[in-house]
Amino acid sequence: MSPKTLYDKIWDAHLAHEAEDGTCLLYIDRHLVHEVTSPQAFEGLRMAGRMVRKPENTIAVPDHNVPTTPDRVDGIKNEESRIQVEALDRNAQDFGINYYPVNDIRQGIVHIVGPEQGWTLPGMTVVCGDSHTATHGAFGALAHGIGTSEVEHVLATQTLIQTKSKNMKVEITGKLAPGVTAKDITLSVIGETGTAGGTGYVIEYCGEAIRSLSMEGRMTVCNMAIEGGARAGLIAPDETTFDYVKGRPHAPKGAQWEAALAWWKTLYSDDDAHWDKVITIRGEDIAPVVTWGTSPEDVLPITGQVPDPSEFSGGKVESAQRALDYMGLEAGKPLSEIEIDTVFIGSCTNGRIEDLRAAAEILKGKKIKDGLRAMIVPGSGLVRAQAEEEGLADIFTEAGFEWRLAGCSMCLAMNPDQLRPGERCAATSNRNFEGRQGRGGRTHLMSPAMAAAAAVTGRLTDVREVM
Amino acid sequence: MEKFEKLTGIAAPLPIINVDTDMIIPKQFLKTIKRSGLGVNLFDEMRYDDDGKEIPDFVLNQPAYRDAEILVSGENFGCGSSREHAPWAIKDFGIRCVIAPSFADIFHNNCFKNGILPITLPQAQVDLVMRDAEKGANARIEVDLESQTITTSDGEVIGFEIDPFKKHCLLEGLDDIGLTMEKAPAIDAFEARAEAERPWI
Ligand code: SF4
Repeated sequence: MSPKTLYDKIWDAHLAHEAEDGTCLLYIDRHLVHEVTSPQAFEGLRMAGRMVRKPENTIAVPDHNVPTTPDRVDGIKNEESRIQVEALDRNAQDFGINYYPVNDIRQGIVHIVGPEQGWTLPGMTVVCGDSHTATHGAFGALAHGIGTSEVEHVLATQTLIQTKSKNMKVEITGKLAPGVTAKDITLSVIGETGTAGGTGYVIEYCGEAIRSLSMEGRMTVCNMAIEGGARAGLIAPDETTFDYVKGRPHAPKGAQWEAALAWWKTLYSDDDAHWDKVITIRGEDIAPVVTWGTSPEDVLPITGQVPDPSEFSGGKVESAQRALDYMGLEAGKPLSEIEIDTVFIGSCTNGRIEDLRAAAEILKGKKIKDGLRAMIVPGSGLVRAQAEEEGLADIFTEAGFEWRLAGCSMCLAMNPDQLRPGERCAATSNRNFEGRQGRGGRTHLMSPAMAAAAAVTGRLTDVREVM
Repeated sequence: MEKFEKLTGIAAPLPIINVDTDMIIPKQFLKTIKRSGLGVNLFDEMRYDDDGKEIPDFVLNQPAYRDAEILVSGENFGCGSSREHAPWAIKDFGIRCVIAPSFADIFHNNCFKNGILPITLPQAQVDLVMRDAEKGANARIEVDLESQTITTSDGEVIGFEIDPFKKHCLLEGLDDIGLTMEKAPAIDAFEARAEAERPWI
């Protein structure tokens, strides 16, 4: 047998049909659904009189739109949001799919709920009408975002029309320096490749620095594969993966567990597999980073300065200038002198328990800078409960943070959590586009520890100063 | 789905790289449960000021481009979220074809599901079409999917590549789901096999 990459193996195991012209039908094991990208798909099914082919493998949860303030138990006030969530309630019921409604403790961001409940398993195909589906690649599952028409297609047929991507290997060798996290890895990779560098590829992350990451950290890395333009990010499953999965509500049990494990252990890229592109970064060379512009590729070590647009080339000269204008920054200013108004810790990139622990570590016994607005939004109700049990919630509230209920919140500001024009935010989410966190809002992406450090000083801060 | 065969229309130049889906349609417009009506909010934050008034400089607000049917832009067009609201808004505005040096993967896919033709060309050729588009309403550009050519207002002909299956679906206006359902026996057979091999799923 010819050597294969992990992606090749998962692809081959899910190829349901291949037409003469090379168009493939890929079978989908898990379909995750949320309220924003699904209503039109269910409407399409109803209009065509179609059913959901595998309701038992379809999981829905509202997350993008839901308020994260405690009063949400009394109902969602924004009418449009409420209509969208109610539509999901109804669709889940009518089509008989698995559902975690807004006031269920298991509710949360779809990419946090899936793994937490054991729906995401190694070697699976996972899709969701959301680009950060890439997150699930951390389990060695082929996972990617789809549009609403494709959501409808998967609901109706449990397959997706696909063409195969190319294989790209991103190796992070060695060890990470103190203060450097999974977020810094993934941002640094995008800084290296650019936001279109992964277009047409599925990336497999490997190397010692990746192997040493927890599942939470691996999810952070794969989450942002899409920011690098890749269709999906993958990390081969290992003992860390199996330990995380074991015992979760929807993970296999008993003899099935043993059978699954035996197959999962074959899921790695063969030594002599062919790669279309290889990138190697030394773990030791990665610094704590922040973004300065309006694209996730606008990444620099926190010790750097706001760049001069004229130093770029091609279309990037104008876009860098446009970014600086939007961000209200001047070339040459040290990044660590940029003052902020808001801190947001949460999202499917960094809303898991380990992220909250990292933030609490910095915030313990400290107060946030006077006048700052700071919020922590756990990724799921269960993450929230665990953080309360571990005493993290107390550290946050004593420091001056708001302690919210689970949801996407200020990652995309579809709910009331928004920046006002000109406000500047240290955020642990994944996108710093213009207006992403609210019209005119300015976003700097970073790790949870860095965001916590910024909350204490009121400016972008090198976490190593406060460690 | 609406067919795409041939289009002759005004092309609007938007020479920006990394046009993301948040720019194309900001999230406050994603709360709809319908597909239609998003055109007025296409490029909302670039098109309107804080009071909701049109920003005259923005290309689609200029008299010459208000009826544009083609958009010419920079590399990595459509990056960001998977929201199909982006192509819905583009289509609802009246644009049926986007020309750029490269597209983000999901956006590219979403275009085809909505009868929009995304055309990838080398930068030099995009620059050429961009210059033509900058001439305004008199410069009508022709896009012919069947022959895979773009003809500029000067009569210059540029060829483009496209996946044959996607071309076929666009030309015929075929519904993907219907096509796939015809393959139900293959899906049934696969499912039976997969259930035997990986019963834990
Ligand atoms: S947290 Fe942000 S990136 Fe993640 S699913 Fe929600 S909106 Fe998308």
